Amino acid sequence: MEKTSLNIDIKEEQKQAREEIKKQGLRVLVCAGTGCVANGALGVIERFKELGADVSVLSDYDKMTIVPTGCHGFCEQGVLVSIPDKHVTYVKVRYKDVEEIYETHIRGGKPVERLLYTDPQTKEHIFKDEDINFYAKQSRTALKNCGNINAEDIDEAIAVRGYEALYNVLEENNPDAVIETIEKSGLRGRGGGGFPTGRKWRFTAANRGGKSYVVCNGDEGDPGAFMDRSIMEGDPHKLLEGMAIAAFAIGADEGYIYVRAEYPLAIKRLKKAIKDAEARNFLGKNIMGSDFSFTIHIKEGAGAFVCGEETALIASIEGERGMPRPKPPFPANKGLFGRPTLINNVETLANVPVIMLNGADWFAKMGTETSKGTKTFALTGEVNNTGLIEVPMGTTLRQIIFDIGGGIRGGKKFKAVQIGGPSGGCLTEEHLDLPMDYDSLIKAGAMVGSGGLVVMAEDTCMVEVARFFMNFTKNESCGKCVPCREGTKNMLKILEKIVQGKGELSDLDLLEELARTVKEGSLCGLGKTAPNPVLSTLKYFKDEYIAHIVDKKCPAGVCTALKTVVINEEKCKGCTKCARTCPVGAIEGTVKQPHHINQDKCIKCEACLKSCPFKAIELK
Amino acid sequence: MLGGADMSIATKISTKKLDEILQIYDYKKSNLIAILQKVQEEYRYLPEEAMIYIGTKIEGLSPATVLGVATFYAQFSLEPKGKFEIKVCDGTACHVRGSMPVLNAIRQKLNMKEGQLTSENGLFSLETVSCLGACGLAPVVVINEKVYPQMTSDAINIVLDTLLKEEE
Repeated sequence: MEKTSLNIDIKEEQKQAREEIKKQGLRVLVCAGTGCVANGALGVIERFKELGADVSVLSDYDKMTIVPTGCHGFCEQGVLVSIPDKHVTYVKVRYKDVEEIYETHIRGGKPVERLLYTDPQTKEHIFKDEDINFYAKQSRTALKNCGNINAEDIDEAIAVRGYEALYNVLEENNPDAVIETIEKSGLRGRGGGGFPTGRKWRFTAANRGGKSYVVCNGDEGDPGAFMDRSIMEGDPHKLLEGMAIAAFAIGADEGYIYVRAEYPLAIKRLKKAIKDAEARNFLGKNIMGSDFSFTIHIKEGAGAFVCGEETALIASIEGERGMPRPKPPFPANKGLFGRPTLINNVETLANVPVIMLNGADWFAKMGTETSKGTKTFALTGEVNNTGLIEVPMGTTLRQIIFDIGGGIRGGKKFKAVQIGGPSGGCLTEEHLDLPMDYDSLIKAGAMVGSGGLVVMAEDTCMVEVARFFMNFTKNESCGKCVPCREGTKNMLKILEKIVQGKGELSDLDLLEELARTVKEGSLCGLGKTAPNPVLSTLKYFKDEYIAHIVDKKCPAGVCTALKTVVINEEKCKGCTKCARTCPVGAIEGTVKQPHHINQDKCIKCEACLKSCPFKAIELK
Repeated sequence: MLGGADMSIATKISTKKLDEILQIYDYKKSNLIAILQKVQEEYRYLPEEAMIYIGTKIEGLSPATVLGVATFYAQFSLEPKGKFEIKVCDGTACHVRGSMPVLNAIRQKLNMKEGQLTSENGLFSLETVSCLGACGLAPVVVINEKVYPQMTSDAINIVLDTLLKEEE
């Protein structure tokens, strides 16, 4: 195929963009992701701007520029402020701290030690983020630019090789070669299913010729996962470039990004990025002077988990209820508006430009035999360092939770980690050294899913967790398939019965039977995977279920109905305060004598617990 | 007073306003969700009359289909929401770190029953959402787009007190 001569020189654009950045002088990067904004990032930015207005006082720079960036990932420690030229990252920065950073470090040249990250083990102050354990053990590919560039400035994206891969692809003008590279890289869908991306592209490309679409699935509905949000907020151009490359490969000229309505900042930044890219002719008609045209629209979701399923997502873009449709026909043949459609998730598409730039072999070198490259995980729950991480496929849970995550919060004991959200399962101590990739996780009864990792400690009740997820899937079941609609409802009823201490042993068999029915009788992934949290907790924590049913006890002390409120007679001074507080008159006793609680009357509201000045009332 | 939970005060529907919204979205069936979002932005809920109007104005739609879409998505509300829309995140991370005590504290403070959407005075509406993607700051509460990180029962009481004071 003949090469296309393009009307721009991307290397020249990069040079100019880098010069523009040099003109910014001293760059102060302030994280302005959703997490840091909640912690007051906008105030920090304002304060820096006020202080930096008088640039004449800077000795080694003639200017200081405050750069609001996307998510750094280390949300727990926000607001994050980093000054690359001074090799420093400050954590937990608040409005009142800005002046000190400015006066002492930026002007005075002395780092502000109290705002540095302190290693919880060694208690040492750490200057550079690459030395913080949380970052040191990661390898960032899809997230590489997140937190390092101004997400709202296209020049910053260009300076870090944004749109270079698209340029190369258009110049080469060989769509099949692009698909071959993606196939060879071994990239698999990062949204949950893990379907080989290259193969999906090839299926869709087989229908080249007529109208077809590229759809980006940004409906990150999995509770506990926020990698797609971070990419859309922190490096939107990478996503647009990935979509454009995909569109070129399969012969599409129109694309949609379906974003959850819960992500207003992502929507805003994507809209700006699309506008800027169109202005530079990186999107739109005859991109960079080639024959290839591609436009992108944004569709806001309206709050339905099932829309993460590709056929439901298509229905939702068409303006209908987001109900899954039977496959076949697959979207590759008959998708959006009845036309061939390629659907990939945000993280998958964000990997595309990087693979095209560095080559399939580079990507395939990372990861395991069947799962190549890196994967982002949202590390949350009872772990010290919560945040967004990216590691090579095959990294073990132990490395993630204890090296990167810094271990369990408050010195508690690790119990389990829930992976893959409501479709996934839990992994326990015995899985800590399991390499995390698509296939080993499936074997262990869990799944990578979108990559939400919720760490649970000894005081988390696994039956309650199962009930929580079942409540979620019951609410989100679209109602099309009876086994899913009625099955999840009845599974929830049983779980509610158990956490209330009214369960029977036969309920466990019934749960398993219902689980099988829901799995087998449902059309889409939601129903097929909805019983997973129940099945995996039943597999690894059956003793907890039995404790709830037989002993009527919640070993973790979470389930209210199974708690007993008692008065410690040694501590009770007989002040009568609790008896006066109790709304149902369940506390009896005489003044200056230890009181006791009539368990038949007690409603476990714990009002007495809070009222006791001697901490004599305990939960058992 | 505000419309609020008082359903006897029917919201005045302006067909002119609805036409404007329909115009922006080309009267297109595939834009129905965006149209309903805009309508809800305008009235703080989806009035029945508005849904009927949209259902008759767009080709290929019926009022029943519009109602079907409106009831399918969690974002749409068929009763008026409060001036302050409180969303308590009950995603996994928030749940594990104690979003339920925060929710109960709000209910207690605002005197709201389980399942009640809007407070008696129409000032607050309360709902749980499954994940806001701010899991690193769990548990979070969002009030009219502002994210309140790492909430506790005490902290949310302070936040609500401030809002109540502003309203006085």
